[in-house]
Amino acid sequence: MGASPATKPAPLDVASLRRDFPLLSRERARRLVYLDSAASSQRPRCVLEAMDAYYQTTHANVHRGVYGIAEEATRRYEAARVKAGRFINAPHPEREVVFTKNVTEAINLVAYAWGRRNLRRGDAIVLSEIEHHANFVPWLMVAEERGVELRFLRLGPDYRLDYADLERLVDGARLVALTAASNVLGTLTDLAPVVAAARAAGALVLADGAQLAPHRHVDVQALGVDFFGFTAHKMLGPTGIGVLWGREELLEAMPPFLGGGEMIRDVRLDGFSPNELPWKFEAGTPPIAEAIGLEAAIDYLSAVGLERVDAHEAALTAYLLERLGEHPEVRIFGPGPDPSRRLGVVSFAFGDVHPHDVAQVLDEHGVCVRAGHHCAKPLMRHLGVAATTRASLYLYNDTDDVDALVEALASVRALFA
Amino acid sequence: MTGLEDLYREIILDHYRSPRNRGELPSPPARRVEGFNPLCGDEVVVFLDVADGTVRDLRIAGQGCSISQSSASMMSVAVKGKRVEEARRLVRSFKAMMSIHEAAIGGEQEGAEEPAAIDPDELGELAALQGVVKFPVRIKCATLSWNTLAQGLDEAEAEERSEASGRR
Repeated sequence: MGASPATKPAPLDVASLRRDFPLLSRERARRLVYLDSAASSQRPRCVLEAMDAYYQTTHANVHRGVYGIAEEATRRYEAARVKAGRFINAPHPEREVVFTKNVTEAINLVAYAWGRRNLRRGDAIVLSEIEHHANFVPWLMVAEERGVELRFLRLGPDYRLDYADLERLVDGARLVALTAASNVLGTLTDLAPVVAAARAAGALVLADGAQLAPHRHVDVQALGVDFFGFTAHKMLGPTGIGVLWGREELLEAMPPFLGGGEMIRDVRLDGFSPNELPWKFEAGTPPIAEAIGLEAAIDYLSAVGLERVDAHEAALTAYLLERLGEHPEVRIFGPGPDPSRRLGVVSFAFGDVHPHDVAQVLDEHGVCVRAGHHCAKPLMRHLGVAATTRASLYLYNDTDDVDALVEALASVRALFA
Repeated sequence: MTGLEDLYREIILDHYRSPRNRGELPSPPARRVEGFNPLCGDEVVVFLDVADGTVRDLRIAGQGCSISQSSASMMSVAVKGKRVEEARRLVRSFKAMMSIHEAAIGGEQEGAEEPAAIDPDELGELAALQGVVKFPVRIKCATLSWNTLAQGLDEAEAEERSEASGRR
């Protein structure tokens, strides 16, 4: 996705953007080089102010009160739902967008509510070996409970999924659940052939959009997926709120996930009837202020322009990969810079130096990267490492950040060579 | 890099580059204990030969960051050939140095202890790891091998006790 060559998006003014982010523009002895947005992104001031303003002027519990501020709170909360749905071009956001705690909860919701109702012994689900644990463990749990077979798309050459086996894997499967973009490799999943194969085989498709949605325009209708999850805190919004989008007829047929208030229509001593969509899946008091924060984050991203963010990251990723290549010890776990194949999420090894030690030295230089298994242990096993160092880019990073990372790596060599 | 000089002392890097007592022991009769730091993937395998109340031999295998592996190497040097009680005391002293208070280690039934006074003579080279406390995230790396050792000593003791009381 992205603008046609004739209309290249105007470049981002990162220096100016950074001033929108209090944490990045704080007075510091040394500039903070934050390269861990794949773990969590930073918040622009408008997101913080929107949540604060909500609390200061109109906070009340939603869907209940008759009084003024309760009605306003409800209106704001539901408006955020619609905005979240429009962000991914959901056809019926007011019924299909379920607010969850995060993507992990969104996937668990599908695993429990759809999985338990629809899966029987001998059924099969297709995953990949590069999934984040959030899109592994719920299915491992269902598999164990129900006797369901798990099949795996493998990692092929150039750190991309191998789709050669797709038809065989999907044959007879009930669901294909894949990441839209790898949080370790940066690799983009080719959802088009996956959806086509799944449709032909009568299987549903769930896409984990935690890494994709903050960076690339998502259109769930064009993609043709059945479930899509994304989370606010990776896209400039607050922690504590994510979105499960599901096709209306699927959500309609699913039993509730969590039980409690809000998700009911009627409760008697001997039973209950669930509420209609989407509230059937939202038990208890929801994260109201967080929804408003998510809405403000969407507004901010839309104002900047996702296609500009996309173009900025593509150029910066190419620069990062090129500069990392100057260190002979660096080994990149991921595809080349082509933006149609990858996001700005770059895992690497630095010789034999353990990622912990790399990250420690980088921290000394004010460079924040992630070291570990990134909640993708099966992928680590496939790569033959216990952990990687990971740098990830977002709209508030620039070439100075990349230069700082690359220069700090020289210190790693000096200490551990 | 003044902060890091506390963490990556020369002796630590030396043990990392040339770890002592690397390898395995046939187990059985030696005891094989695995320790694992799930947060980051540090792995320490301790092969422990305990007999007559003494750590007769010790080997270290595994992989991980410089702190976890050098700590394991230094531990192996400090503990090899020592009486079990002394080994346990070293574990307590080391963990106290890492600012961890432990109520009891292994079979000893003691109440909450004051952090043991750090005796530099006793800890010797191990005192070099003191800088780790300034980097709390790395404390688990440093203590991994020691916790694994303690587990091995516990298991050895439990087996000895059950053998002594005639149960199989």
